[in-house]
Amino acid sequence: MQLLQMMWEFFKAGLFAVGGGLATLPFLQDIGLRTGWYTNEDLANMVAVSESTPGPIGVNMATYVGFHTAGILGGVLTTLALITPSIVVILLISRFLEHFKGNRMVDNVFYGLRPASTGLIAAACFGVMQIALFNQEAFAASGNLRDLIQPKALILAGVLLIVTHKKDLKDLHPIVFLASSAVVGIMFHLAA
Amino acid sequence: MNTYLDLFLTFARIGGLTFGGGYAMLPMLQKEVVESRHWATEEELMDYYAIGQCTPGIIAVNTATFVGRKVKGDLGGIVATLGVVAPSLVIITVIAAFLQNFAEYAVVKDAFAGIRVCVCVLILNAVIKLWKKSVVDKPTLVICLAVLIGSVFLDLSPILFVVLAGIAGAVIKSVQAKNSQNTK
Repeated sequence: MQLLQMMWEFFKAGLFAVGGGLATLPFLQDIGLRTGWYTNEDLANMVAVSESTPGPIGVNMATYVGFHTAGILGGVLTTLALITPSIVVILLISRFLEHFKGNRMVDNVFYGLRPASTGLIAAACFGVMQIALFNQEAFAASGNLRDLIQPKALILAGVLLIVTHKKDLKDLHPIVFLASSAVVGIMFHLAA
Repeated sequence: MNTYLDLFLTFARIGGLTFGGGYAMLPMLQKEVVESRHWATEEELMDYYAIGQCTPGIIAVNTATFVGRKVKGDLGGIVATLGVVAPSLVIITVIAAFLQNFAEYAVVKDAFAGIRVCVCVLILNAVIKLWKKSVVDKPTLVICLAVLIGSVFLDLSPILFVVLAGIAGAVIKSVQAKNSQNTK
């Protein structure tokens, strides 16, 4: 019975959280508060785990909560409940777009949407850069500009920028760069 | 290989290698879906991302559904989506069962500090690719910069930007069409 209720809660989160990833967070907080299935601290831990594992936070949280309350089956079912609304909505939109393929009006709308999409992704990139390359917490605490800059991270970023544009390396699979960066991170204690 | 299986495995690989949410998935999608398999074009990816911003659910899931459906119909969409969430399901279950303090280990923290830097650079490269395809004239340059500056400095929902940009696109194009008619 609790499993059904859990599926229903995560189904709603999947239906109403628009804009992906972190947009699910307020919904997850709300579920925790109302049901007591997990605390805010559990959620914060989960955000940390999500940052250190592949996959979307919403999916990770659904799996985590489902598993803790009802085992493996619980994890699978809550995750399916979370993604069901988006699958249905996207399949409907796909059908709609197919129907209007080549329609001048729809093409014109996409002419405006594409640069907006690029702008949004660039903004997200800016957000990731703030976290990965600069230490804002230390800077806020000390006010010392030297604390803001993380030289090791900046050097790694510079090297990666060059390497990923080198002619015979740029077509490598992204995982090669990700894995090498993980090794560099461990070797040079990048988190310290 | 069976196309359904190929869809599932490709998206499982993408899901399993995506650290840091939907945007971090973009370089993987460009590599696997656009360049290697030609399942979608760079332009279509941008459309999917724009629509994913205004529809419910996680962008990674939305994009998988879109691509899967394009390749192999509704069932293809479902299979690709299951593929993209499968790795998280397994990894989180294992962590929840065995590694309570997973995120606390120094090795994990260091590795992910490195991965985060790499994700930055990969997304930046992805943005440069998209820029070349989407910023094709002055109006699109203005739209792109306005959305970028607006979303960095204003605390507004991305839905607003997407809707406004769509309207702007339609208006600009119809004005242009009218002008070229008048000059003829």
